[in-house]
Amino acid sequence: MTTNDQALSVRLEGCAKTFADGTKALLPLDLTIGAGETLAFLGPSGCGKTTLLRLIAGLDSPDPGGRVCFDEQDVTKDPIERRKVGMVFQSYALFPNMTVAENIAYGLKVRGVPKDQQRTRVDELLTMMRIIPLADRAIDQLSGGQKQRVALARAIAPRPRLLLFDEPLTALDAKLRESLRLEIDTLLRQLGTTAVYVTHDQAEAMALGDRVVVMNHGRIAQIGSPHEIYHAPADRFVADFVGLMNRVSGDRRDGWLHCPGGRIPTGAGTPDGPADALFRPEQVRLADRAQAHVRGTLAASFFLGDRTRVLVDGIGERPVIVDLVGAVDLAIGDPIALEILSVTSTPVGAD
Amino acid sequence: MTPRRSALFWPQMAFTIAVCSFLVLPVVLSMTAGLSVNWQRGPAGGLTFHWIAEVWALYAETVARSLAIALACLAGDLLLGVPLAYVLARHPCRRTRLIEEMIMLPVAVPGLATALALIILYGSLQGFRSSSLFILVGHVLFTLPFMVRSVLAVLSALDIQTLEEGAASLGAGPLRRLATVILPNARPGILAGSLMVVTLSIGEFNMTWMLHTPLTQTLPVGLADAYASMRLEIASAYTVVFLLMIVPLLIVMQLAAPGSSNQSKGKR
Repeated sequence: MTTNDQALSVRLEGCAKTFADGTKALLPLDLTIGAGETLAFLGPSGCGKTTLLRLIAGLDSPDPGGRVCFDEQDVTKDPIERRKVGMVFQSYALFPNMTVAENIAYGLKVRGVPKDQQRTRVDELLTMMRIIPLADRAIDQLSGGQKQRVALARAIAPRPRLLLFDEPLTALDAKLRESLRLEIDTLLRQLGTTAVYVTHDQAEAMALGDRVVVMNHGRIAQIGSPHEIYHAPADRFVADFVGLMNRVSGDRRDGWLHCPGGRIPTGAGTPDGPADALFRPEQVRLADRAQAHVRGTLAASFFLGDRTRVLVDGIGERPVIVDLVGAVDLAIGDPIALEILSVTSTPVGAD
Repeated sequence: MTPRRSALFWPQMAFTIAVCSFLVLPVVLSMTAGLSVNWQRGPAGGLTFHWIAEVWALYAETVARSLAIALACLAGDLLLGVPLAYVLARHPCRRTRLIEEMIMLPVAVPGLATALALIILYGSLQGFRSSSLFILVGHVLFTLPFMVRSVLAVLSALDIQTLEEGAASLGAGPLRRLATVILPNARPGILAGSLMVVTLSIGEFNMTWMLHTPLTQTLPVGLADAYASMRLEIASAYTVVFLLMIVPLLIVMQLAAPGSSNQSKGKR
């Protein structure tokens, strides 16, 4: 066991999951994960992302008819212990009856790796995760971030064919989340192992995923690169769930959407009639009154450090959110004129 | 570096001593009676091991039987109770909650009633009715909930489902998970439960009194017998024997229980 098994591709065919109480957690779906790819499952709680991960892991089995294949091998009936995967859990799942080093060695021990090789590998991982001083600690003496490092080391130790992450950073505070996310990212690039990462945090999904699978109500809403998901959402749900999105309703004529605050350019070739314009807070900037597309009044302003987020009334039914970079010298009630740099297109009628 | 004692220290101390005396005094008096030549004169009238020797000569067999039943009862509870607690912890739902309450019934119902029920059910099985096994069944029935509760409490606090999934993801099959993850983590509960079960079994009188035959007396039943039919000194000496047996057992198990183990010392 000196080299990693070759990166694995995963294929799901017609996988659905109905719970004992009749809840349809997952509607039948097909999905392919490329060898060496990191795929992020993103969605609100209850969307089926964790269920899907558990089907891939082998912790749950799909409804009859569904198939899970690793490369060309059908593993649908194999329980997780025979799938040679590594898994990182939200609640860490570290064994409290063992030390840090024993936890990391567990998978090696189970696979019958000789003692001296176990020790070498454990040392390697302690170094890699920068937790050498923790080796002999008990699990309940670790902080949350340390625990997740140990859990990561433990999952990687037996060189799994596939790494599975079930919201691994959710229980940590924001700063720690950011730094561990970077570490996981580096680690995944370094290992080249195929990975599935479940999260409800869109920043995490976009940062880590080669592709992002946005899920909603037990089905896949969109699969695409983070860029595609953000800039070309397949439907309203994706548009609203990923990042902040302004929505202004109005009447579309000759490539412009006419709304209470003025008119927004929607591009040529769009059909006329009642419509919505979607645009991101950062796709808007302050403009001269003459050049402005829309006008409104400042309703609220939040200083966020690197930028200022303001809410503008009078453009659409709901306040429009605008992110402004640089010094902002505005008071509540001031008139605001805005230029909209680009609108996000979604397929016509997609809801 | 002694901290200043609050005004309440001495009243609290006095109260504690009073409560302890209340608990211990009768036992101490009974023990001195068992070691005195004549209980009415107390230790002043001279001390002797005569009564203890006499108790041993008369009741050594009940002591051995009680120990054997307690250990067999413990074995039975471990075999039945630990797996049961595991299943209850793995599938927390209304049905398993119901089962948990059901097995508590023998604790709620008077021992005499349970014994009667056992006699009605098994009484006609001659060989069984007259053997110590009959008492054993009663003891297992009565002590099982204590084992299950104790193990279940520890397992429920652990989220064993995730722990087991973690072990499985690392390649461990069901038996290996049980041996390396579930049982070691359930250990504090198993030890506490064992302590409880052995103590309860050795001291059980209510039910045993109904279930025993003259040939299958246990310690407490023998004690009642000694009190009813012999000098008070002998019954008291019996108490001494009883305590000599149970106290070391309690100490050993207490040492092995959580809170005193090395593992938990560094926790807080």
